[in-house]
Amino acid sequence: MEILMSVVVGILFMSATYLMLSKSLLRIIVGTAILSHGAHLLILTMGGLKKGAAPLLGEAASSYTDPLPQALILTAIVIAFGVTAFFLVLAYRAYQELGTDNMDKLRGNEGND
Amino acid sequence: MSLLHLAIISPFLLAILVPIAYKLFRQIHTGWFVLPLPILLFSYFISYLSITSDQQSVTESFSWIPALGIDFTAKVDGLGLLFALLITGIGSLVVLYSIYYLDKNKEKLNTFYVYLLLFMGAMLGVVLSDNLIVLYTFWEFTSFSSFLLIGYWYHREKSRYGAQKSMIITVFGGLSMLGGIILLYLMTGTFSISEIIAGSDEIFSHSLFVPALLCFLLGAFTKSAQFPFHIWLPDAMEAPTPVSAYLHSATMVKAGIYLVARMSPVFAEHSLWLWLIAGFGITTLFWGSFSAVKQTDLKAILAFSTVSQLGMIMSLLGIGAAALHFETVEDSYFTVATTAAVFHLINHATFKGSLFMVAGIVDHETGTRDIRKLGGLMNFMPITFTLAIIGTFSMAGLPPFNGFLSKEMFFTGMVRVLEMDIFNLDTWGLLFPVFAWVASVFTFIYSMVLVFRTFTGKFQPEQLEKKPHEAPFGMLISPIILASLVIIIGFFPNIISNTLISPAQAAIMPVEGYKYDTHIYFWHGFTPELFMTLGVITLGVLLFISLPKWRRVYDLFPEKLALNRFYDSGLSGIQRGAYRFTKWYMNGSIRNYLVYIFTFFIITLLSVLFMKDAFKFDASNVSAIRFSEIVLALVIGVGSITILFVKSRLTSIILLGAVGYTVALFFVIFRAPDLALTQLVIETISVALFLLCFYHLPQIKDEERMPFKATNAVISIGVGLVVTLIAFSAYSNKSPNSIAQYYIENTYEKAAGKNMVNVILVDFRGFDTMFEITVLAIAALGIFGMIKLRLGGGKKNENK
Repeated sequence: MEILMSVVVGILFMSATYLMLSKSLLRIIVGTAILSHGAHLLILTMGGLKKGAAPLLGEAASSYTDPLPQALILTAIVIAFGVTAFFLVLAYRAYQELGTDNMDKLRGNEGND
Repeated sequence: MSLLHLAIISPFLLAILVPIAYKLFRQIHTGWFVLPLPILLFSYFISYLSITSDQQSVTESFSWIPALGIDFTAKVDGLGLLFALLITGIGSLVVLYSIYYLDKNKEKLNTFYVYLLLFMGAMLGVVLSDNLIVLYTFWEFTSFSSFLLIGYWYHREKSRYGAQKSMIITVFGGLSMLGGIILLYLMTGTFSISEIIAGSDEIFSHSLFVPALLCFLLGAFTKSAQFPFHIWLPDAMEAPTPVSAYLHSATMVKAGIYLVARMSPVFAEHSLWLWLIAGFGITTLFWGSFSAVKQTDLKAILAFSTVSQLGMIMSLLGIGAAALHFETVEDSYFTVATTAAVFHLINHATFKGSLFMVAGIVDHETGTRDIRKLGGLMNFMPITFTLAIIGTFSMAGLPPFNGFLSKEMFFTGMVRVLEMDIFNLDTWGLLFPVFAWVASVFTFIYSMVLVFRTFTGKFQPEQLEKKPHEAPFGMLISPIILASLVIIIGFFPNIISNTLISPAQAAIMPVEGYKYDTHIYFWHGFTPELFMTLGVITLGVLLFISLPKWRRVYDLFPEKLALNRFYDSGLSGIQRGAYRFTKWYMNGSIRNYLVYIFTFFIITLLSVLFMKDAFKFDASNVSAIRFSEIVLALVIGVGSITILFVKSRLTSIILLGAVGYTVALFFVIFRAPDLALTQLVIETISVALFLLCFYHLPQIKDEERMPFKATNAVISIGVGLVVTLIAFSAYSNKSPNSIAQYYIENTYEKAAGKNMVNVILVDFRGFDTMFEITVLAIAALGIFGMIKLRLGGGKKNENK
């Protein structure tokens, strides 16, 4: 299972990279969102996908899944969400002010370098 | 801190007081406040003569940074004292001269004397320091104060150019010398020159010995304007003439000579030392004298002449080092070269100082230094003319002046090279006397040009800005004193041989308990040297008379090969190259930078993975696959790839949502209920935000499919592959131990909770959560600020 998940994570990273290399701002943000999905799944996979009960003591099982990666991912999801939301509003404001979402046109001031 | 230390730093202390004196006493020329110090120092250093004449030395130590072995150790021995006397003696005369040369109403005298005092103190520090780091500190101080003095008239572009050039070249050499100092420290473990000399036999075969030697020589050659680093010196002539006389003839340019002489006991055993110093010296000698003849500016002639004479002293030091290769230094036939080097060092300081002052007087009284405009000044300025005759004849090596004696000894040293049977000198050695002789002919020619083109010939009053007349007496005092020294040393050379020359020589070639006999004879008999001098005079006179006829020779020399051109184009080439390179890789496109970053990521990680043999694939530890998992994996894989190919952005947002919900489903089947919950909620909000953003777009007219780019594809596949391979290897190398067991056991026992993930988030690792809340708060505030704050006027494209 971990091997399959590693491949899936690789695919997520691949499409994220491809999207981030495009010139449309919205696609770049979609790319970052996919990248964070890939990273979260990678953390979960590397923690081991051995079967066991959910990490709730009420289950009274003999073995539980590792709770630590889950806590880490939860933190990461929230932070990724905050950053994505900020980026989206930033992109929205950039559209409003500059009238373009083409990264090739967003190059700073010419002659100011 | 002893009196000696105080003497070294006293110029620095006085430099602090100079601006105050300048402000308070505007009626009195500031130079008068400065003048007593060098005179006082000169008399103080004279008192050491009795000690050094007996080959003794005085060492005073003052702790500076003892933890690093850096102590301000001052040592006065023959060599250091010789230089200290030159610095303070000529320093006094230059200060006196500058009082009459610089106008107290037109010039900023406070800065001038501050810089000059800084230089004087730095130079004293260089020659009297026994610690290499302290020596280096003072060494850079000389570069720095020389830079300030060359750029004294900073409103002139040529001054700034000359100052920058000298700074670049001398600091380049200074830094290389610092490298040499560090290499020596690595070999010996001490910065003290005396201790390094004492242990110099052991480092001879060390692998760092040759690099250290080269580093030191680079420092010495750049400072002393040796070929091909001499190019800064002619441009340094933009400085006021007292500065040229002091720094660029008598003292700073001899710092490199001092360094070579000082380090001779360490390095001279090596044949490279002899060859490089003698070779570069003789090349500089020839090139400097050859170039001097074509100059038309008095100070430029003197600058090239300085270059040439420094080359001569340098080559003599190199040849003198050969004496160390023979059994007994005591009776060595070859030490005469070192004696000649020290003797000429003194002579050059006297006559070159006076000649610069003469050039300054001519400039001051006529308004020009161009020899094409000058002529026939003899009748107007008889005293200056006499001084010029004495200086130039000494420089040309004519009797009865001191230059004659040192030139004879120079020829003696060079002729004796023929008899050396070491380092192939018996074959190549012939070049030395030949080059020396030809260079002396050129020296003779430019000396004659200097004096006769200026003071005899046709007087051209229409070319001159002022009506020429004799200089004020005060301006003449210093050159008169120097010229008298030229004559006195010329007639009675032995008054300095035992007091100054042999102690200095003992410092250059220390032999325990031996006193060098440096008696200088006026008349050697009919030796080859005498005939060489006669030949120089005969050919020199002939060539000087016919100079207008063969002057064209210099036009044949292609200007393209000139070293200045090489320096200028090199410097601007570096600037252009750096600009183009930056322009090329910093092109402002985010995509380009991402390409660099991803490419670097792929190359580094893949190469480390396979070069370090870290890749591992081990499927024994993995868990079983269920059908549902395969389906979800397919959905997520296909979904994320489809995003790349859809045309509409709306579709891609929906596909992103699909991927996110599938991730939530994965969390469900991998037994992470909290994660699944959060993921579902957050994915919903995110997709809503994306849609909001999409809705507010100012009419995307041409929605199109992402254009396919092969580089992007290769890079993204590479990134995916690297991540997968690293995941394989990391999982295959997984350490079985996890700290999870602790949380499982203690969640209820110690933290009174049953949901382990939540207990970890708020109890065991609560700090993470606190700052994660901060992140959310900052994001929320940031979004609010972005939307509300419209400093740029805003609303340009809103609701189009």
